[in-house]
Amino acid sequence: MIAAAYSAAGVLVFVTASTLILVGAIGVIAVKNPVHAAISLIVTLFGVAVAFVAQSADFLAAVQIIVYAGAIVVLFLFVIMFLGVDRRDDVRVEALVGQRPLALAGVLITIAGLITLMARSHWVTGATSVSTTGAPLATGQGNVRQLGTAVFTTDLFAFEATAVLLIIAVVGAVLLARRERRVDDTFDDERNVEVSS
Amino acid sequence: MNLASVDPLYSHGVTGVVLLIVLIKVLVGFGAIMGAVTLMIWFERKAISDMQSRIGPQRWGPFGILQTLADGIKLFFKEDLVPAEADRFVFKLAPYLTLVPALITFSIVPLGGTLTIGGHRVMLQVANPPMGILIMLAMSGISVYGVMLAGWASGSKYPLISSVRASAQMISYEAALGMTIVTVILVTGSLSTHDIVTAQAHGVWHWNLIRLGFVPFAVFLIAITAELNRPPFDTVEAESELVGGFATEYSSLRFALFYLAEFMNTITMSAIIVTLFFGGPAGWIPPVPHLKWIFPIIWFVAKTTFFAFCYIWFRAALPRFRYDQVMDLGWKRLIPLSLGWMLIVAGFLVRPGWGLVMAALVLLASVVLARAFDLGHRREVGPDSVLGAVGRRPLPGEVLRTLTDREGA
Repeated sequence: MIAAAYSAAGVLVFVTASTLILVGAIGVIAVKNPVHAAISLIVTLFGVAVAFVAQSADFLAAVQIIVYAGAIVVLFLFVIMFLGVDRRDDVRVEALVGQRPLALAGVLITIAGLITLMARSHWVTGATSVSTTGAPLATGQGNVRQLGTAVFTTDLFAFEATAVLLIIAVVGAVLLARRERRVDDTFDDERNVEVSS
Repeated sequence: MNLASVDPLYSHGVTGVVLLIVLIKVLVGFGAIMGAVTLMIWFERKAISDMQSRIGPQRWGPFGILQTLADGIKLFFKEDLVPAEADRFVFKLAPYLTLVPALITFSIVPLGGTLTIGGHRVMLQVANPPMGILIMLAMSGISVYGVMLAGWASGSKYPLISSVRASAQMISYEAALGMTIVTVILVTGSLSTHDIVTAQAHGVWHWNLIRLGFVPFAVFLIAITAELNRPPFDTVEAESELVGGFATEYSSLRFALFYLAEFMNTITMSAIIVTLFFGGPAGWIPPVPHLKWIFPIIWFVAKTTFFAFCYIWFRAALPRFRYDQVMDLGWKRLIPLSLGWMLIVAGFLVRPGWGLVMAALVLLASVVLARAFDLGHRREVGPDSVLGAVGRRPLPGEVLRTLTDREGA
């Protein structure tokens, strides 16, 4: 994989993808209009998808576009449009107390994690591989099979835990969105009905 | 990456001749889809006018066949307007975001069999990427942005409503769409459109329409019609509610691009239906020497034309859905149906016994789901939805009276 990435075409693809990712990422935080920021995010996601293809992870690339670009950013845009968050917020006001130091700490921890990752495993692929055996990703159909096997055997617990997490999130969202009247009120109403009739 | 594993064209390495063949394929594919769109627009107008006892286009060329060309020239010379309230960059970007995905999706459709030109085996499809049919899902995800951003960037009320509708509708139907495609992928064992077609090549009984038992096809047809915002699911551009929908503020060439993309998508999705469920270019080949390669193409074009006609037929025959009906159909009917069918198909692929178990489980789940829908529906009937667990329950009329009394007080 690494050797393939160093061929002339590979370098070209890598540079293009990285440019897309970086331009998009800078755009997300630098652009004032939230809709433009969302579009920049799509550019980043496309760059990541290209990088995935260059790493022979075709399936991941497709899923990246379908799920992230095709659904999640659409949802972001949907919310932005619905709420009309087209105005700018004042950056000087801290919305939460102690938000900035915590954010700084988070960034530092992330950078430290990335550096350890780079030091301990392959620079390009990040980890050694999805599969624990360290075998390279197969192209085409093997790619899907390999991922499927990994998700449903070695990483089954993580997979199921994620599924449960998502279900909890959905149930929570529904619960928050449904503003239901309490049962006591209903009994009051019933009494009202009897009185008025 | 090993290119030869996905396309035999690259088996002798990438040489100048191979690049030339690829370039020709791209150009022919582009020409084919553009020509087809021109004909499709004419065909739709002519067929609809026939169904409505009108004459339809008749002035340009025989049977008015050049009408699209005349319209295109007219649109090209019209004034190009950008509304003052518009977000200029996004406004100009949006038409391309609908057109480009439409073009890319067409590139994965197998138009015919395999040709041998000068020792090179050429597949008659523009590209056969390893992720295959997922490209189509990805591109239909991207084409949401075109409609959505067009409506938002217009800086106008009706287009904005239209774009909010479009994004919700297209995302909802993508789920059902994805799950029907999964059944096809399961039974083929491959993502590549070429493999999907070759798996169906041995006669009508091998077509996925029959192998998968009709339901995935029906779900796919409905979901894709909604995904395309074609009638009867065209709530996005419902002219009686939303003027012209997301394209209200567009004029000239940019409007033409939207128009082009819509019809291009119609053709491409007809072709995708044929590829997934009707064997693509498969069909009877008469024993004619040297011309055998042309019959798969004819079969493919014939099948695709049939489905293109179906879309026109839908538009002429069916009244438009209300927006809440569109959502109900998508979430409460199609998604559970496609999910259940996918589980049954997967069960039968493992072992017939498992298939039967799955069918029983799905039946049980559907009963529970029907009960849940029923409860939910009853809750929606009265404004005071939560009822006490025991005791006398008010009739819907009484609840209404309480409400009016409270408002009067």
